[in-house]
Amino acid sequence: MENSKPVLSGADIFFECLKEEKVDVIFGYPGGATLKIYEKLYDIDWLEHVLVRHEQGATHMAEGYAKATGKVGCVLVTSGPGATNTVTGIADAYMDSVPIIVFTGQVPSHLIGNDAFQEADIVGITRPITKHNFLVRDIKELASTIKKAFFIASTGRPGPVVVDLPKDVIMAETEYEYPKEVNVRGYKPTYQGHVNQIKKAADMISAAKRPLLYVGGGVIMSGGSEELALLARENNLPVTMTLQGLGAYPGTDKLSMGMLGMHGTYWANQAINNCDLLVSLGARFDDRVTGKTDTFATGAYKIHVDIDPTCIDKNVQVDLPIVGDVKHVIAKILAEIKTKPQIDEWWAQINAWREECPMTYENNDGKLRTEYVLERLSDKTNGNAVIVTDVGQHQMWTAQYYKYNHPRSNLTSGGLGTMGFSVPAAIGAAFAVKDRPIISINGDGGFQMNMQELITAKAYNLPVKFIIMNNSFLGMVRQWQELFHSEKYSFTDLGATNPNFVKVAEAFGVEAWTTNDPTEVDDFLDKALAKNDGPCLIEFKVVKEDMVFPMVPSGGSIADMMVKRLNPNRMM
Amino acid sequence: MKRTISVLVENNFGAFDRVATMFSGKGFNIHSISIGETDISEVSRMTIVTQGDDQIIDQVVKQLNRLVDTIKVVDLTNQYHIKRELALITVSFQKGTMEEIKNICDIFRGKIVDINNRSMMIEVTGPPDKIDAAVNVLTPFGIKEMARSGTVALRRGEQIKAPKKETVLT
Repeated sequence: MENSKPVLSGADIFFECLKEEKVDVIFGYPGGATLKIYEKLYDIDWLEHVLVRHEQGATHMAEGYAKATGKVGCVLVTSGPGATNTVTGIADAYMDSVPIIVFTGQVPSHLIGNDAFQEADIVGITRPITKHNFLVRDIKELASTIKKAFFIASTGRPGPVVVDLPKDVIMAETEYEYPKEVNVRGYKPTYQGHVNQIKKAADMISAAKRPLLYVGGGVIMSGGSEELALLARENNLPVTMTLQGLGAYPGTDKLSMGMLGMHGTYWANQAINNCDLLVSLGARFDDRVTGKTDTFATGAYKIHVDIDPTCIDKNVQVDLPIVGDVKHVIAKILAEIKTKPQIDEWWAQINAWREECPMTYENNDGKLRTEYVLERLSDKTNGNAVIVTDVGQHQMWTAQYYKYNHPRSNLTSGGLGTMGFSVPAAIGAAFAVKDRPIISINGDGGFQMNMQELITAKAYNLPVKFIIMNNSFLGMVRQWQELFHSEKYSFTDLGATNPNFVKVAEAFGVEAWTTNDPTEVDDFLDKALAKNDGPCLIEFKVVKEDMVFPMVPSGGSIADMMVKRLNPNRMM
Repeated sequence: MKRTISVLVENNFGAFDRVATMFSGKGFNIHSISIGETDISEVSRMTIVTQGDDQIIDQVVKQLNRLVDTIKVVDLTNQYHIKRELALITVSFQKGTMEEIKNICDIFRGKIVDINNRSMMIEVTGPPDKIDAAVNVLTPFGIKEMARSGTVALRRGEQIKAPKKETVLT
């Protein structure tokens, strides 16, 4: 018979679909419900399967891979606990709009709902934390479901998708053909911004006296960094970035004002409060950015460009919404700007703020501080490394002191704030990025949440440089305890119970160094950056009680910004 | 103010749960929710009665649209539309009250669909406020059980012009 389609098993179809989607690496862990898939995988050489040590690690690796490349990161785990272990990573990807697909094994269809061994309703569990999810109930729907999963994860506002694969579907056979097209009638992202709105935005920029670009991760995801650079440079516009936006515009450029928000620069936050035009590009007015919303940029006409309509008017009411792909809309706005805004006075004011309260830290007492290590790292790598941070003080200091010069270089858990993100996410990125150093920056607390994945880095000889900023404290929680909770350092002092990190690393076969001496920082960083034949780890024993400043207290306004510790005697 | 939102969803496994999960996850209020098939077999229509100011309803509509399984979302509140609800009400009666209850039932154009020597079940249909009125009048006789369907609603074929506030033609 002509044009007959091959008859394949569900497991074969699964891999044929991955091949069609050009997947080259998948992060996974085998189990009972996925045995058939792993049986097929044994003979497949075109796909790199990365064996993790915990399924949470797999999801963060997929996130790291996806954030570094823009491609979809893929995860393969078994049913029940294998699936539930991915939940934190899925929630993290949902909050930060990271395109990942988690394929979960499931008990056979006839046992679903029977409390079968290793059964969990992962589709139900992940419904509020996925962009969409599927339970494949018929092998005839397998190929089209996988096609839809890739389409949904990677288009519009990206996000995680779960595909649950019952064991009998994987074992069954059917005629296979990969669908050429996908049509999901309830899902039609808007890419083109509204023409009149775009013209209005261009006119507003021309007329502005005190404009400010407020740039979020959407610019990076849409690939709009070049368009952003043209818009900013041709019109001399100041650029401030959210945590996820860092890298969208070069941090060393004179138009960059660094990060805004809770731990943003003094001048960026002053500019937010005093601008007359706020142009939000792919940002979502998160509470860590706005603080108290009714005092946020009150004098400004607000333009909001976002691909997700739900982001608009959610936290802050805006004057001119533009729903569309940020890259596309920025290019259109740029083309519509007839006259450049006259903003020399505004720049003079911004520079005055910059001088009034520059980013500084105590560095004359011979003690080792995280900020110093990060400044040295930023200099040594010229802002060209891929920096993967964990969550907490070191994350904010990295945002403040590392001058990212490229998009897709700042990999961090922003929305969910997942401790334990950095180690696996850096490993995932290392499977995609070969030409730039990959540096995983951790606190001593978060490092211990996924340190089992050190062995994955070792097994694949990935040249990831793991850094632990060890202050023997859950530092950010400690900071809030000091400032807002009566200095009751409840369960945040890890000093007595931390492991010996060098020995931990060595047990995993990872070369490791430790120091508390600022004069050794350069040497260790040089050694780590030069090492290309496998992972290494540096523990920097830093000052215990340093705090991240400036700080706008949660729910406060810019007027409440603290720029340094009130009681200098407590400075250590 | 109560708002009536009509949602066409794919008749997929879990579509209803996605909507319900979204409402609870975002902290939106659901006054009533009803779901049933439409003339197209793979499409269901949900009628959701919710409450909130304009900003909240704007978010409700956007969040509903964002779900992959939703095909169309219409806020019916500011359009001419027909709203109906069905209630089954079991009311106690004694010798002297039976006739009175029957009269009330007639006034509301209800039907007695079941009876025994202590109680009768009345079926009433109509706009939700009519059901409310019937319930109010029947309460003193002793309502033993009640089931309400939740509101179903459809936009009228011809929109004369958008009314300023909620306008229900009965």
